[in-house]
Amino acid sequence: MKTFYRRLPKFEYLRPGSMEEALALISGKEGSVKLLAGGTDLIPQVKKREVPVPAFVLDMKSIPGLGNITHHHNGLSIGALATIQAVGADPVINERFAPLSQAALQMASPQVRNRGTIAGNICNAVPSADSAPALLALGAEVKLESRRGARRVPLDQFFTGPRTTVIKEDELLTEIIVPAQEPGSRGVYLKLSPRHSMDLAVVGVAVMGTMENGICKEVKIALGAVAPTPIRAPMAEALLRGNRPTPELIDEAARNALTQCNPIDDHRASREYRCDMVYAMTRRALTRIFGGTR
Amino acid sequence: MNLHCRVNEKEYDLEIKPHMTLLDLLREELGLTGAKEGCGEGECGACTVIMDGKAVNACIVLAAEAEGKEILTIEGLAREGTLHPIQEAFVEIGGLQCGFCTPGMVLSTKVLLDDNPNPTEEEIKKGLEGNFCRCTGYTKIIESVKVAADKVRG
Ligand SMILES: Cc1cc2nc3c(=O)[nH]c(=O)nc-3n(C[C@H](O)[C@H](O)[C@H](O)COP(=O)(O)OP(=O)(O)OC[C@H]3O[C@@H](n4cnc5c(N)ncnc54)[C@H](O)[C@@H]3O)c2cc1C
Ligand code: FES
Ligand code: FES
Repeated sequence: MKTFYRRLPKFEYLRPGSMEEALALISGKEGSVKLLAGGTDLIPQVKKREVPVPAFVLDMKSIPGLGNITHHHNGLSIGALATIQAVGADPVINERFAPLSQAALQMASPQVRNRGTIAGNICNAVPSADSAPALLALGAEVKLESRRGARRVPLDQFFTGPRTTVIKEDELLTEIIVPAQEPGSRGVYLKLSPRHSMDLAVVGVAVMGTMENGICKEVKIALGAVAPTPIRAPMAEALLRGNRPTPELIDEAARNALTQCNPIDDHRASREYRCDMVYAMTRRALTRIFGGTR
Repeated sequence: MNLHCRVNEKEYDLEIKPHMTLLDLLREELGLTGAKEGCGEGECGACTVIMDGKAVNACIVLAAEAEGKEILTIEGLAREGTLHPIQEAFVEIGGLQCGFCTPGMVLSTKVLLDDNPNPTEEEIKKGLEGNFCRCTGYTKIIESVKVAADKVRG
């Protein structure tokens, strides 16, 4: 039988006053420090003893400057501490980076959105993380910093498996960088879950695309909860790119997207159902973006 | 470790354990048992309190994270023995049965109405999506929020 733990186990709480101090605290303490952003994943995980009990919990909220959402001509920068709520409520994100704001507003509850961060969502790296397909379809990158320096990693090279990423133990994700999207591009994030509130995605599909003279100029398709990590569907994208997105072609691309998936079979949905839904939801998302053109 | 915060407009200087949740602090150290512990993992909203104007689940916030913050619990809502209009509405309409979810429902309603004094039914449902009720079937709760909105707008 599963033990129900009501209390948190013992750990020390660290509150660094600067990025330098934070990076110094995590370097050389491999394995014993856990970073805390909103804590909406971390605290329940530690409480349930799903992760090894950390000796130290380092609260990043005391590091100045990490909460900003910045718009500039070449895109958008989302600081590590920007909450799901702040991203969901940002009018420019809603207008120009629609899949991300749609994903944010469909996550969890007001209480969780007020605390949880988009960065924490991708660092936690569950296959169903709602912001991941949206950010993949937007071509996002992340900036990782450590005492050794900073590096940028495209999001499609960031996830390595369920709950694992390329982040090293002395690194901290400081920023999510989203490039400016093509003028006239449109995007959508569709989330399928049995309940329409407070539920994880059974399948999540994000599409970002641009049309020119009835031809699909550019498209990115990303899928969540259908493989060990959130993924892109590059072959399906290639079918559409440079072609007229007829209903037949959209159907073919959606079937192709299915070949990229390897969903799990669990109590939330069977493998067959998830597969059928990848096809149906991808087709629906593509039709939303390119629909009505013959 | 030391914690300084305001709870229901009262200043506190407290000695806390770093691994204590805000809910443990409120219920067990300060004796404010209005916020309830249902799931303990952010799912049910029974532990909802308002921190710096935003609804949070106290069961997954560390007490240490409340440093310098202003916290409002259900105990801080009534004024000199007079119920807050939202509380009045829940009582009048009967938006509760066992009452376990009610403190959280009322506080989520407060932030909803602070932000949007005239919400549609859909907006009410969205605003309360993080608060579960196992008794009422929600109909009376939604009605209570509508009446509360009328009262708050005056
Ligand atoms: C009731 C409930 C409902 C939820 N519903 C959804 C949902 O619908 N969709 C969804 O996708 N998720 C959902 N979640 C999961 C969670 O809320 C999100 O994943 C959230 O975005 C996590 O962000 P956080 O800031 O709280 O992360 P934290 O819990 O603070 O951190 C998560 C993990 O990432 C690490 N981390 C965080 N930030 C950084 C950083 N900057 N650099 C390096 N490592 C970092 C932490 O060490 C930790 O391991 C839900 C959670 C709850 C409790
Ligand atoms: S007890 Fe905190 S959300 Fe359920
Ligand atoms: S009144 Fe009993 S849980 Fe809501």
